[in-house]
Amino acid sequence: MPIESINDFVVRFANVNGSGSASANQLFAKSVMRMGVPVAPRNIFPSNIQGLPTWYEVRISEAGHRGARGGTDMMVAMNPQTWDKDVASIEPGGYLFYDSSRPIQDSKFREDIVVLGLPLTNICNREFTDPRQRNLFKNVMYVGALAALLDMDMAEIEKLIAEQFRAKEKLIASNHKVLRMGYDIARETFQCPLPMRVRRADRVGDMIFVDGNTAGGLGAVYGGATVCAWYPITPSTSLAEAYERYCARLRVDPDTKKKKYAIVQAEDELASIGMVIGAGWNGSRAFTATSGPGISLMQEFLGLAYFAEIPAVLFDVQRGGPSTGMPTRTQQSDILLAAYASHGDTKHVLLFPEDPHETFEMGAQAFDLADRLQTPIFVMIDLDIGMNQHLCKPFKWDDTRAYDRGKVMSAADLDAAKDWGRYLDVDGDGIPYRTYPGTHPTKGVYFTRGTSRDRYARYTEEAAPYVDNMERLLHKFETAKTIVPQPVLTKAAKPTRLGVIYYGSTAPSMSEAADKLAAEGTHVDLLRVRAFPFSSEVTDFIAAHEQVFVVEQNRDAQLRTLLMAECSIDPAQLVPVLNFDGNPITARFISKAITDHVARMQARSPKVLS
Amino acid sequence: MSYLAKPKFHHPAIETNDLGFTHRDYEGSISTLCAGCGHDSISSAVMRACFELSLPPHRIAKLSGIGCSSKTPTYFLGQSHGFNSVHGRMPSVLTGANLANRDLIYLGVSGDGDSASIGFGQFAHSIRRGVNMVYIVENNGVYGLTKGQFSATSDQGSKSKRGVVNTDSAIDLVATALQLGATFVARSFSGDKTQLVPLIKAAIEHRGAAFIDCISPCVAFNNHEGSTKSFDYVRDHNAALNRLDFITGREPITAEYDPGTTQVVRMHDGSMIRLAKLGADYDVHDRIAAMNNLHTRQADGEIVTGLIYMADESSDLHDHLGTINQPLNELNAPELSPGAKTLESINAALR
Ligand SMILES: Cc1ncc(C[n+]2csc(CCOP(=O)(O)OP(=O)(O)O)c2C)c(N)n1
Ligand code: SF4
Ligand SMILES: [Mg+2]
Repeated sequence: MPIESINDFVVRFANVNGSGSASANQLFAKSVMRMGVPVAPRNIFPSNIQGLPTWYEVRISEAGHRGARGGTDMMVAMNPQTWDKDVASIEPGGYLFYDSSRPIQDSKFREDIVVLGLPLTNICNREFTDPRQRNLFKNVMYVGALAALLDMDMAEIEKLIAEQFRAKEKLIASNHKVLRMGYDIARETFQCPLPMRVRRADRVGDMIFVDGNTAGGLGAVYGGATVCAWYPITPSTSLAEAYERYCARLRVDPDTKKKKYAIVQAEDELASIGMVIGAGWNGSRAFTATSGPGISLMQEFLGLAYFAEIPAVLFDVQRGGPSTGMPTRTQQSDILLAAYASHGDTKHVLLFPEDPHETFEMGAQAFDLADRLQTPIFVMIDLDIGMNQHLCKPFKWDDTRAYDRGKVMSAADLDAAKDWGRYLDVDGDGIPYRTYPGTHPTKGVYFTRGTSRDRYARYTEEAAPYVDNMERLLHKFETAKTIVPQPVLTKAAKPTRLGVIYYGSTAPSMSEAADKLAAEGTHVDLLRVRAFPFSSEVTDFIAAHEQVFVVEQNRDAQLRTLLMAECSIDPAQLVPVLNFDGNPITARFISKAITDHVARMQARSPKVLS
Repeated sequence: MSYLAKPKFHHPAIETNDLGFTHRDYEGSISTLCAGCGHDSISSAVMRACFELSLPPHRIAKLSGIGCSSKTPTYFLGQSHGFNSVHGRMPSVLTGANLANRDLIYLGVSGDGDSASIGFGQFAHSIRRGVNMVYIVENNGVYGLTKGQFSATSDQGSKSKRGVVNTDSAIDLVATALQLGATFVARSFSGDKTQLVPLIKAAIEHRGAAFIDCISPCVAFNNHEGSTKSFDYVRDHNAALNRLDFITGREPITAEYDPGTTQVVRMHDGSMIRLAKLGADYDVHDRIAAMNNLHTRQADGEIVTGLIYMADESSDLHDHLGTINQPLNELNAPELSPGAKTLESINAALR
C-alpha cells in the first residue's frame, strides 16, 4: 500500500556534491514552508568539495516536529553512486523518484515501493545547449515535478525563484520555464497528486527559517563584538562569515566608509584566541568561532584568560571527534573539553542554545556575561544547529538594552576610589574591578599575568595569596550560576518519578519523544539545561526524581559526568541515553531507549513507575 | 641582583622632559634578573627612549611572552599597563589589543626562544600583517629562564656553556623580518646604548611593524668563549651600518649634511632621524640591498647592526582593515547594535 499522508512525511534528496542541487533542494523546503507547513531540513554531506554523495532530507510536519525523524518516505535519487543504498532505505509503501534517462535494470528496484521515473537529463539535453544549464536546470525541473506529485503551490515556488534572483529577469524567466516543464511533464506522466502530499496550513506564523551559524554571527553583531579572530574549520566557518557579511552591511560608517569592526583570519587557533584575549583585555568585545580541534589548540590560552580574568567569547560549533573524527557530522562531544579547558584548576561557563533563535540570543548575551564575569564564555552549538536551516522564533532585540560592560573603572571612578586593587573582591561576589589600559595617567595601572599575584596584582609565589585567589575564582563561578540562562522545565501531564535532562540540538527530538512516550503511557518531566555551571534548579530537579535520563549526543555521557562531578549526584540515578553516530538524534531513538529502560526497571520491581 | 629600594627623592636639578616627567616616572619595579644581564640594559634603553620622546607612560601598553626577556616589562614603565602572556604568543595578544584600541603605543618584548622557536609563527604573522608596534627580541641565543638550552638563533657551531656544539643552523630574525615585509628593521646590541636608544625612538615613531633584534648576552648561560652572543664576541664582530640621531621637535632640518655620509629620513609623523652612514652607499630604503648586505657581511662573520631597513611609505593593520579612527573599545550599543527595526527586516528576509 502506498504511503498516504498529508503534511507528515520525509523527502530525501540524494545528490552529487557540487552539482548545484543545494539551492533547488532549499527551494523545495522553503516552498513547503511558504505553504504554512513546518519543515525541518538537514544536510548530510561529506568532507569534500565536489563529486562525493550528499543528501538533503526534508521533514515535513504539520505538527511542527523539528527534530530528525529517521526513515525516508520519498527518495529523490539523483546519484547513481548511492542508488542501491538509497533505494533500500525507503520505507515500505514509499516513493522513489528518479531520472530515467538511462535504463536501469529491473532488479535495481523494489516491489514494495512506488517508482516514479522521468527522463530529466534527456529533456534538459533536448532543451538546452549549454552544459552548465543542462545540469543546473535538471535540479529545478525535479522541483517542478515534485510540486505536481506533492500538490504544492506553484505560485509560491515561482515567487521564491523571483526573490532569489531579484532583478535578474532573464534568469527568473528561464527558471520559471524549467520549473513549469517539470510540473507539466509530471502531470502528463503520473496520476498527480500522490496520496502523500502537502496541504496549505497555517502553522508557520511569524517563524523564521535560518541556520544557527548565521544566527550566531548576527548575535555577535547585536551583542557588540568589534573584534573577530578566527581560523577556518567546518562546521564553524560560516559563523565568522555571517558576522562579516552582516558587519559589511550594518557596521560601516555611511560617511567615511570605515568599519566599526575588525576581522582577522588568524594563522591558527592559538593566534585566534590570543587576539581575542588581547582585544578583551583592552576593552573590546571579541570572539572566535571554531570547532573541537580548535578548542584543543586553545587550551593554554584559555587557562590564561581564566586566571588573568579576561573576557572572551567562543562559539564552539561541535562536530564528531576525536581528532579529525567526522568533520561534517554532528555531535555534542566537546562538553568536558570546554568545561575544564586548560591545565590546572579551571572551569568555564558554557551556554547551550537549542536552535538558531537561542543562538542569536545567547550569542549576544555571551558578551555581557564575558564582561560581567571577566572570563571566557563558550556558546556550545553543533553542526546540526549551525549548518542546517531551522524554523524557529524570530530574532528579538530591545532598543533600550544597554550592554553590560561589567565592573570597569573609569578615570573618574579611579579618582573617587579610596583603594583600588585589580583582584580585590569588593562586592563579595568574587568579581573584581578592572581598568582598560590608558584610562588614567597615574591610577588603575596593573600588570596582567598568568602567574600568581596578590589582590593588588603584585607578583607573588606565596601560598596564601595563591589559595585566596583560586578560592575567589571559585566564588565567582558560584556567582555565575545566578546570572547564566536558567534551565527550562516542562512538567509531564501526570506526576512522575522519571525525569529527563537534555540540552542543545537534542531539544526538538526530545519534546517529540516526550509526546510519544506520554501517548504510550510513560510520563517524563523534562529539564532543558541551558548553561553550565548548573543552578540549584538542576539539582532540585534531580532530587525530585527517582531516575533521570540524561540525553546527549556523545559516547561518554559528558554532561552526565559534569552533573555527577559538579553536583555530587549518585551515578545510579542518572541514566545515559546516548546517540553518537554523527547523525542528529531522533525522537524514535530517545523514546525507544527510555521505553526499554522503563521496561527493564518494571521487570525488576513492577510497582514503582508511572 | 639588587635588593635596595631606590630612594624616591627629587633633586631640583634633575632632568625633566616636555611633560615635566623625570626619568623616574618611566621606571618599573626593581629587576630580578641576574646582575649584568643584557636584558636590563635594554630596559634602560626603553625607559630612556620613552623619556626623551616625552611619552605619557599610561598611553603605552607593554606586552610580552615568557622568558627572562619577557619578564622585563615589569622592570620598566611602571605606569603602563603590562601583559605577560604565554610563551611565544605575545604577537597575537598584542595584535588583538591593538585592534581594540589603535591609540595606544604597543611595545612587544620577547626572547629568541619566545619568538624564533615556540612563537616563530606568531612572530612572522604579526610582522606580515603590519601591526603597529615596536617588537623587540632580546636575543641571547639561549633559553635563559630554563637554564641554558640552545635556542633557534644560536649560531651553527657555537658552543654551549657545557661545551656542546650546536649543529642546527640559526634563524636570523632580521633576515626573516625583511622577507616578511616588516617596514622597519633594525639590529642592535644591549651594550651599545647610543645606538639602541635612538633606534627604539625611531621604531616608536614608525607606523607599522617595527622590529628590533637586540643582541643581549646572557651572563649566566651564554657569555663564555665559543658563544657567538657573548659581550666579547659581539663587540669584536659588530659592524654598525649607521649612527642614528633622532631629531625631536619636528623642526625643519637646517644643517647641511654631506649626502655621501648622512641621510635624513622623515618619519611617518613628520619627525626626522639623521643617519650617519658608516658603510658606503648604504640606502636604508632599499630592501633587496639590505638583504644582500646582511647576507654578504654575515658570511664574512660580521654582525650587522643599526637601522637596516625602513620603508618609504608604511601603513598598518588598521589601514588594511579600514577600521574607523575611534578606538573600537570606546563603542557601545548605540554605535554597535543595528537596532530592532533592522532586525525586523532581517527576520522578514528569512521567511
Ligand atoms: C608552553 C610552554 N613551554 C615551555 C615553557 C618553559 N619556558 C619558559 S621560558 C622558556 C624559554 C625562554 O627563552 P627566551 O625566549 O629566549 O627567553 P630568555 O629567558 O632567554 O630571555 C621556556 C622554554 C613555558 N613557559 N611554556
Ligand atoms: S639567566 Fe641569562 S637571560 Fe636570564 S636573567 Fe640571567 S643572565 Fe639574564
Ligand atoms: Mg633567550
